[in-house]
Amino acid sequence: MIEQGVMPVLEPAEGAKDQHMVINMGPQHPATHGVLRLVLEIDGEIIVRIYPEIGYLHTGIEKTCEAKFYQQVVPLTDRINYLDPLANNLCYALAVEKLLGLQIPPKAQWMRVLLAELSRLNSHLIWLGTHAMDIGALTVFLYTFREREDILRLFEAVAGQRMMTSYIRIGGLALEPPLDFLDRVQAFIRILPEKIDEYANLLTGNPIFRNRLKGVGLLSGEDAIALGVTGPPLRASGVDFDLRRDMPYSSYEKFQFQVPVSNDGDCWARYEVRLVEMRESIKIIQQALDGMPEGPVKADAPKIVLPDREKMKTQMEALIHHFKIVTEGFAVPAGEVFQSIECGHGQMGYYVVSDGTAKPYRVHMRYPSFATLQALETMCKGRMLADLVAVIGSIDIVLGEIDR
Amino acid sequence: MSETNPLFGKAAVLEGLPDHPAVKAILAWNAEALLDAKFDFDELTLTIVPEQIRAAAATVQAAGYNFFEDVTAVDWFPASPRFQLSYHILSFGMKERIRLRVLLEEASPVIDSITPVWSGANYYEREVFDLFGIRFEEHPNLRRIMMPEEWQGHPLRKDYPVEGYR
Repeated sequence: MIEQGVMPVLEPAEGAKDQHMVINMGPQHPATHGVLRLVLEIDGEIIVRIYPEIGYLHTGIEKTCEAKFYQQVVPLTDRINYLDPLANNLCYALAVEKLLGLQIPPKAQWMRVLLAELSRLNSHLIWLGTHAMDIGALTVFLYTFREREDILRLFEAVAGQRMMTSYIRIGGLALEPPLDFLDRVQAFIRILPEKIDEYANLLTGNPIFRNRLKGVGLLSGEDAIALGVTGPPLRASGVDFDLRRDMPYSSYEKFQFQVPVSNDGDCWARYEVRLVEMRESIKIIQQALDGMPEGPVKADAPKIVLPDREKMKTQMEALIHHFKIVTEGFAVPAGEVFQSIECGHGQMGYYVVSDGTAKPYRVHMRYPSFATLQALETMCKGRMLADLVAVIGSIDIVLGEIDR
Repeated sequence: MSETNPLFGKAAVLEGLPDHPAVKAILAWNAEALLDAKFDFDELTLTIVPEQIRAAAATVQAAGYNFFEDVTAVDWFPASPRFQLSYHILSFGMKERIRLRVLLEEASPVIDSITPVWSGANYYEREVFDLFGIRFEEHPNLRRIMMPEEWQGHPLRKDYPVEGYR
């Protein structure tokens, strides 16, 4: 029997028992963005140590995946990072497609880019609203959720589901997008830049917001790399790395966009980086709309991709394939792959191990928030307790993806 | 390097990718520590002697693989050696990822922690400890991270039922 780890004694450090106090924050606390529990050792108002306690949302998704067919894992992935659902679908689909050696038609790849960017906008809008709300600027939350609602309506139009889309499937997309979908996206991104100006007007010049963020939660580039921090917090610390540009997937190499970088490494830098990222996402979506190729949205692999409903009802062979895929799944060649993409919070990675059967032998998800949370102590040590709320907001964690 | 055909076995990789920076660094450091290698799906996997993992991690870090991305385990129950640890390490400069692989026997699932090399491995190793029961020597805070402290067993092991024990 393996011996268990020892529960830490949540008591002040030796020699500081008279001055330090241990207090509990969470798990039910509005500023922790979910069920994060932080045990804080404080010296007056100054943070000395932080023990993050996670696992309250642990549902064993990795274990569940091992008991499902490959295509049945797709809906599970939505529920991990529920703010950026299409990025989860995309990363998993890319990993399995790599194992299968599937070629994805260009239209599906471009639609994936478009949807992944809409999903990133969704994630950043929620971040902006809740981050500002934590700091006391409640109005912005109402504004960003207004635009987020538009994105959710677009998701509903395309996938039939607002949040748990499961729209990107192994081998392409679930369905052709509706006829007016691209026009609706065009109408949305036409109004969005001025909405972003509106948020910036409310926040960028706001002295309270500025003072709460400037110089708070400092993280150096070296610390960010050592601690595994990725995404906007990494780029706000002066490290210029974005998987979309540097290791492109799903035709990102065909899009032109800037990767914002700031050298300040504080909460303000993260705010600025994400705002620019939202504007860049709009550019990517515009390019995707302008150059959307024609053609099918599913790979030509009848044993892997479910046939269209119409075909399934009229063709014997399609009906057989449909029946086989649903009841027996499809075998994936043995091997192991690691596929990572840049989602709204940072680098998401799926490690899929196949033993040659129709069920994955092991699926492991590397999610950015898990690593970013480790950096919380580095950012907050020696700072005021009230800054903690600003820092948690600025690193944009989702507990669903930390606990999985 | 995307056109390279799959290569299986240490000899094939040494012959096919002699100039790969990670392969070169590992060979220059300790050729004995490299047990096996493969290159498939455009991913290089280097199997390392378990006792040498920390030194191997420091070696690839010095060779430019600066970013520790992930570590996880695979349980090959009932095969032996039972556990496989996969370390994914990324290079921001070379825009390339390698996988270090370690095989551990069921009788002694213990390995050196790589937290001295990358402090970011802390939570990942705790997760592997929690869900697979693999111990990491010299880890600063090795205790359960997902499951409750008093939980019995390690859920991601293959002999642990998906529904749990009732």
